[in-house]
Amino acid sequence: MLSALPSIVGFVRPDIDWHAVAPELTLLGVGAVVTLLDIVLLERGRAYTSALAGIGLLVALIPIVTLAADGTTREMFGGAFVVDDFALILKAMFIVVAYIVVLLSTNYVAEGDYWENEYYGLMLSAVMGMVLMASARDLVTIFVALELLSIPAYLLAAWRKADPKSNEAGLKYYLMGVFASAIMLYGMSLLFGLAGDTRLSAISDAVSGGDANPVVILGIIFVIVGFAFKVSGFPFHTWAPDTYEGAPTPVTAFLAVASKAAGFVALMQLVHAGFPGRDDVYQPLLWILAVGSMTAGNLIALRQENIVRLMAYSGVSQAGFMLAPLAVAGDIGGEALSAVIIYVLIYAAMNLGAFAVIIAVARRTASGEIRSYAGLFKYAPGMTILMTIFLFSLAGIPPLGGWFAKFAVFRAVVEADTGWGYSLAAIAAVNSVIALFYYAKVARMMWFEDVPEEADTSSLRVPPSLVAALGLTAAATLLFGIYPAAITHFTEGTLIALPY
Amino acid sequence: MGEFLNDWGLSIPTFLPIIGAAVMLLIPKDREQLHKLIALATTVVVAVFGLLLLIQFIDNDNYGALNFVVDKGWIDVIDSRYIMGIDGISLPLMLLTMLIVPLCVIYSWNHFPEPHNPKAFLMLLLILETGMIGTFAAQDLILFFVFFEVVLLPMYFMIGVWGGENRRYAAIKFFLFTLFGSALMLVSFLALYFLADSSTFDMRLLPEAAAGIAKSSQVWVFGGMFLGFGIKVPMFPFHTWLPDAHTEAPTVGSVILAAVLLKLGTYGFVRIAIPILPEAAAEWAPFIGLLAVIGIIYGALGCLAQRDLKRLVAFSSVAHMGFVMLGIATLTDFGINAAVFGMVAHGLITGMLFFLAGSVKERYHTLDMSRLGGLLVQAPRMGWILGFCAMASLGLPGLAGFWGEFPAILASYNPAAVLAEETFRSYMVIAALGTVLAAGYLLWMLQKTAFGTPREEFANDPHVHDATVSEYMAWAPLLILILVLGVYPHLLFGATDPAVINSLSECLDSSTSGACFDAAAGK
Repeated sequence: MLSALPSIVGFVRPDIDWHAVAPELTLLGVGAVVTLLDIVLLERGRAYTSALAGIGLLVALIPIVTLAADGTTREMFGGAFVVDDFALILKAMFIVVAYIVVLLSTNYVAEGDYWENEYYGLMLSAVMGMVLMASARDLVTIFVALELLSIPAYLLAAWRKADPKSNEAGLKYYLMGVFASAIMLYGMSLLFGLAGDTRLSAISDAVSGGDANPVVILGIIFVIVGFAFKVSGFPFHTWAPDTYEGAPTPVTAFLAVASKAAGFVALMQLVHAGFPGRDDVYQPLLWILAVGSMTAGNLIALRQENIVRLMAYSGVSQAGFMLAPLAVAGDIGGEALSAVIIYVLIYAAMNLGAFAVIIAVARRTASGEIRSYAGLFKYAPGMTILMTIFLFSLAGIPPLGGWFAKFAVFRAVVEADTGWGYSLAAIAAVNSVIALFYYAKVARMMWFEDVPEEADTSSLRVPPSLVAALGLTAAATLLFGIYPAAITHFTEGTLIALPY
Repeated sequence: MGEFLNDWGLSIPTFLPIIGAAVMLLIPKDREQLHKLIALATTVVVAVFGLLLLIQFIDNDNYGALNFVVDKGWIDVIDSRYIMGIDGISLPLMLLTMLIVPLCVIYSWNHFPEPHNPKAFLMLLLILETGMIGTFAAQDLILFFVFFEVVLLPMYFMIGVWGGENRRYAAIKFFLFTLFGSALMLVSFLALYFLADSSTFDMRLLPEAAAGIAKSSQVWVFGGMFLGFGIKVPMFPFHTWLPDAHTEAPTVGSVILAAVLLKLGTYGFVRIAIPILPEAAAEWAPFIGLLAVIGIIYGALGCLAQRDLKRLVAFSSVAHMGFVMLGIATLTDFGINAAVFGMVAHGLITGMLFFLAGSVKERYHTLDMSRLGGLLVQAPRMGWILGFCAMASLGLPGLAGFWGEFPAILASYNPAAVLAEETFRSYMVIAALGTVLAAGYLLWMLQKTAFGTPREEFANDPHVHDATVSEYMAWAPLLILILVLGVYPHLLFGATDPAVINSLSECLDSSTSGACFDAAAGK
């Protein structure tokens, strides 16, 4: 009976390479177990969820390692789902980032009496979306992955139910996110209309050719603009500061690093695999987005008084740097992807580290004001040194990791050897100086100012999970700076094989 | 021994200070004596390495080429390698660094500036040392860039935490100015990498590889480097960070800044910008020369307008670095030799002057020259040392300062063949006028502070005493070197000359390809 089914509905189950989808399935399984635990054990299960989520994430790394050791490019569903070097590096990054976010969340969520099972369950679902995104080479898959990671993120941003600011954060993020999705979907529908196929390779064939068909141009612009929201590029960044400030800080760290990286993953795939023939359209658009983001983000960041808002605007500016290599991707091909991936990886380490310090310090000061960091060096020297490392790494000062990220970007845009590239390099150079100013402002507060009189100056107690997160991120930040080959080892060569 | 030095002679002294700093990080803050001992031991061991390197260097007797070369993989994907090596140009500057840092530790032994905290202060000093030594040893552009930047953070914190009244402004100004230059410098390095015939950051190969770059591109690339190095020097329109940084920095910070950090800029010109892009250098040289002489005159006039002793010394640095840059701008081996000598001499003399200014400040709690006076009465030895250094600084023959200034002026009489003689001869006249002004402000300074009778407010002040043991220990080596180099300049010229000729060889004998500046032709 069952064997007759295919002939009736005309459906043939495509071959599934179980090894290739093992990371996604592991995450799905762990997410389900976390949710079930809550149903079975009720309150008693709370103590284990964080550990379970953390272990689950580490288990999901195992199939990634075996896939990498195997080394063959695997594709499924007619090329809609591809596991290549590009996908594996980014999947590994998403999972490690999520693991560190779990470490950041452990005490925050437990002490805040939040809904732990749901929290970690949603987070795992979002991570699954990101991991899927790294393999998606098809418009529908990209869109499904995007929604899979966005919808839990909207909920997580509003996690502090009683706090109106958190509600504002969630609502703003949700409305802007949905708006962006709609624009993107419209663009995708135009592209699909042209190509008659949703796979990026087919889109590439359909849009290449250099004719000024407005449908092509509109489709490309809409899709890119949709992701510009996701990566908080100027002028589509307006949700970021309010959302970052209102959301629980570990969630902010998650949004600022993982969610933003997922947007870049999609952009890289679209630019490199979807529109390689149309650099005349996407290059100027990305050039404007890059220059606008790095400049506007920096200038607004100069005026911030709240550390999380400062990180939000600095994130806008950093997004500008990450967009820069894509703005010359047509001239230098795969090198642009390497530069963006290097930047994203290093940015993940240093930005998560900075958020870890913010969370640790806020446990004492219960404040996000930059002024509350005054004299931190006097009573928390270790935390001050770590924060200094992360901030100046974000500013790109050697030998801290950030310098190599910036270097990779400069290298990519100069390599293009075009007026667009050189002007981008010069603007980026000026911007890295402006950025230093506000990072140094925080450093100045910590090192040069006196402790406010009413402040509690007993030494700071930091829970072990935060210590672990700080240790991991600081070690990575220093390692990437002193021995960049630790990263370039993975980003060399052809990452996305074309055509597949 | 030779084998060991060849392999490790540069890497160990470069990274030893940072290891020392790491050890200190693990020791609690209140064990101050131990911290001081570790810092001293580390810097002294580095200095001993410097001495061993010097002996081996003389023994190798190959001043023009790179010695102790280490070439290992570092960041393969961008073809950047860990290449270290020194020749006759880098050696004196590196030895100067290795000498100054332990002296700074000795000098601060008993008087750390507020807010005290010797642990943090000495750790920053050690990190600085790594950056400075590394910069002089690096033979790969990216490695050079990393070391060049490593010095920024420690100096920023040194000024910002231990500095004077206006320290926050001065610290960030110093940081922003330098970073601006180095960001553009990095873009230039990358442009070199992509435009040159072979993609490499190796400074040994680049002079040849870069010869094929179109001249118009060369001029742009040189422009980026000019900003990076010129701000560090600092040259005239970019000098404004210097007086602020010097005035606010703690004594030791000022000494390091004057003695070594400024040289990173001029060294960059001599080591990187000119040998790699000689044609562009010839285009830029008249402009650089012009800014240099403006710096000489402007610095001197600035000095005459100062009331603050430390600020006066800072402005005199602008003038002295003007002479160095003038020497470099002539693009002759003679001029560049003078420039390297000028760098070392300025490091010794101005370093000394900042030490003295610090000691005066400690005794009188002011550097306002209208309130000072009678140092020779109250602290005669210190007064005489100040006099000695002022004489050295104004370029008295027989002391080190003379050999930096005089040959630079002389070299601009006969610049490289491609440069307009009239232009440089007029620069020469202006620069010579600058020396007169230098004599003016230094003697004026001496008169204000050392001569006369002590002011009433300080006449019976018990704080005002003569030089202490730690001061003598810190100063003696510098004073001796000022005298020795002044009397026997060949000590330094002998080392630098072959290296300078070698670094210019690419353009000196490429006259066949129609390139750059044959110094001998037509003279």
